[in-house]
Amino acid sequence: MDWLNAIVQGTLLGGLYALFAAGLSLIFGVMRLVNIAHGDLIVLSAYVALSFSVSLGLNPLLALVLVVPTMALVGYALQRLILNRTMGEDILPPLLVTFGLSVILQNVLLMGYSADPQNLQAGAIETASVSLGPLAVGVMPVMVFVTAVVVIAALQWMFYRTALGRAFRATSDRQDVAQLMGLNRAHVFGLAMALSLAVTALAGVFLGIRTAFDPAAGGTRLIFGFEAVIIGGLGNLWGTLAGGVILGVAQTLGAKIDPGYQILAGHIAFLIILALRPRGLFPRIDA
Amino acid sequence: MSLSVTRRTRLSTAWLFVLVPIVILLIAAPWWAGRADLRLMGEIALYMSLAVLWNLLAGYAGLVSVGQQAYVGFGGYLFFALTMLAGLHPFAALPLVVLAGFVISAPVAVLIFRLRGAYFAIGTWVVAEVFRLSFAQISSLGGGSGTSLSPSIVRSLADGRDAREAVAWWLALGAGMLVIGAVVWLLRSRQGVALTAIRDNELAARSLGIDIWRTKFTVYVVVSGLTALIGALIFLQKLRISPDAAFSANDWTAFVIFIVVIGGIGTLEGPILGTLVFFALRETLADLGTLYLIALGVVAIVIMLFAPRGLWGFLRDRWGVELFPLSRRVSGLAKKEA
Repeated sequence: MDWLNAIVQGTLLGGLYALFAAGLSLIFGVMRLVNIAHGDLIVLSAYVALSFSVSLGLNPLLALVLVVPTMALVGYALQRLILNRTMGEDILPPLLVTFGLSVILQNVLLMGYSADPQNLQAGAIETASVSLGPLAVGVMPVMVFVTAVVVIAALQWMFYRTALGRAFRATSDRQDVAQLMGLNRAHVFGLAMALSLAVTALAGVFLGIRTAFDPAAGGTRLIFGFEAVIIGGLGNLWGTLAGGVILGVAQTLGAKIDPGYQILAGHIAFLIILALRPRGLFPRIDA
Repeated sequence: MSLSVTRRTRLSTAWLFVLVPIVILLIAAPWWAGRADLRLMGEIALYMSLAVLWNLLAGYAGLVSVGQQAYVGFGGYLFFALTMLAGLHPFAALPLVVLAGFVISAPVAVLIFRLRGAYFAIGTWVVAEVFRLSFAQISSLGGGSGTSLSPSIVRSLADGRDAREAVAWWLALGAGMLVIGAVVWLLRSRQGVALTAIRDNELAARSLGIDIWRTKFTVYVVVSGLTALIGALIFLQKLRISPDAAFSANDWTAFVIFIVVIGGIGTLEGPILGTLVFFALRETLADLGTLYLIALGVVAIVIMLFAPRGLWGFLRDRWGVELFPLSRRVSGLAKKEA
């Protein structure tokens, strides 16, 4: 029964990892950009939520109403002002610029909030649980998992059913032709990054409620998100959810064997899948 | 008029004549430099080596790794294990560290070469994390809190503290020269021509029949083995190792990337110049702490956006200077055609 419990908890944890990964997957799909600062932006979202909830006395879950648009604006500005200048054939500039951003973000947070771990206080809901037969399942993890499913369904719908999604797909296929058809590439990329960081805002707040975070916590989050993307298969959003779940279950099972193995087990699961299925389990596009 | 191809320029020959006295002066450093200066110079030599190696990987082979701390830490830990647990003399342990670096990086390369471009970068980071978490599990090396090099091993290097500091410096200097020499040799060889072709245009290089995978694999393995050597020397200088210090992404990757970007990626002189600039900045601005790191990040971004070839690239574009005889030049062409 302990093992079943570990698998259920791991599956729910996978929802959080899918949220880490969805933003990464989205911008890679639209503009082939891999954002090394993605993890630090997740942590930034948690700190933004912390500031809003402390200064306005809001529950962090309510603060999402402010954090999501704030991060979307940050994303749009970041893309238009900096990242669009790096887009091109050469992969080095975007990689090194987002790497520089990552270091800057970490140190700005360090200056602003100190290295002390922080936590978002969401009240009674944090510890509430429901019993499912013999298992007790936390309300928060279920909420996070449901949110991940809803977010991915919404992104999927947006991609294939809306004008914005059509613009994203067109730009992804052929940037120059999309431009000829009257799409402003710079603006489309800005919107994609805004959407990515809106999802990141959700991920950051849920992360902050679940565990303590500090300015250096971003790197690990980037890696978890990246592993979920690769396990699921590039460009496949539902695959990303599956990747997150596999990663989450591997971690909780590893922790079950020995708490020291939790993170390591996740990495090893990732490396095994990379060795056996280099394109991930459900690949859609070539990298 | 006959055409001839040469790599040497008047400047590169002159540079050779400047380089020899500089090296002699550096070898004699223990007699003219204080203990603190010697340590700083050792650190500079080791950082310069890391930068030159990373530049070969990213600037020439297009393998942008953000996980070379895997091999720095691996080298450091293996050196501690070989001397303390296996009882080897430090001098015997160092070549073994390089060999082990080759051996461990080959399967890693096979695995992560499946990832392309930016995803390759994050893949290297995952590998570094796996190394860090694995070494943190080894209790005979202190587990998560790390361990110190035992005094008897430190004493086996040389008698007396000054002599030991001198030996540590010569090792760092020797490693630096070995790395730069190896890179010059590699770039002048057939492999180097292939690498330069890959750097300039991978598709064109492939269509000329260059085996891209094998060339990149060779570079990755050589660079990783030498990075492990540098790691061993870094922690020989520090005398203490812990998983967080050994596999620090900030110390062994972020700084190194900034050095190469500021100095000029894809040239041999760039990382050397970048290291000197980096240490000049660090020694004057280190009091600023976090602000210094933020400034470094901003400078690197600005350079990447507006002068992607860095300081040395700027100098080279302007005056065509090259200190090491690496690029081929055709002489004997009529001036009009040139």
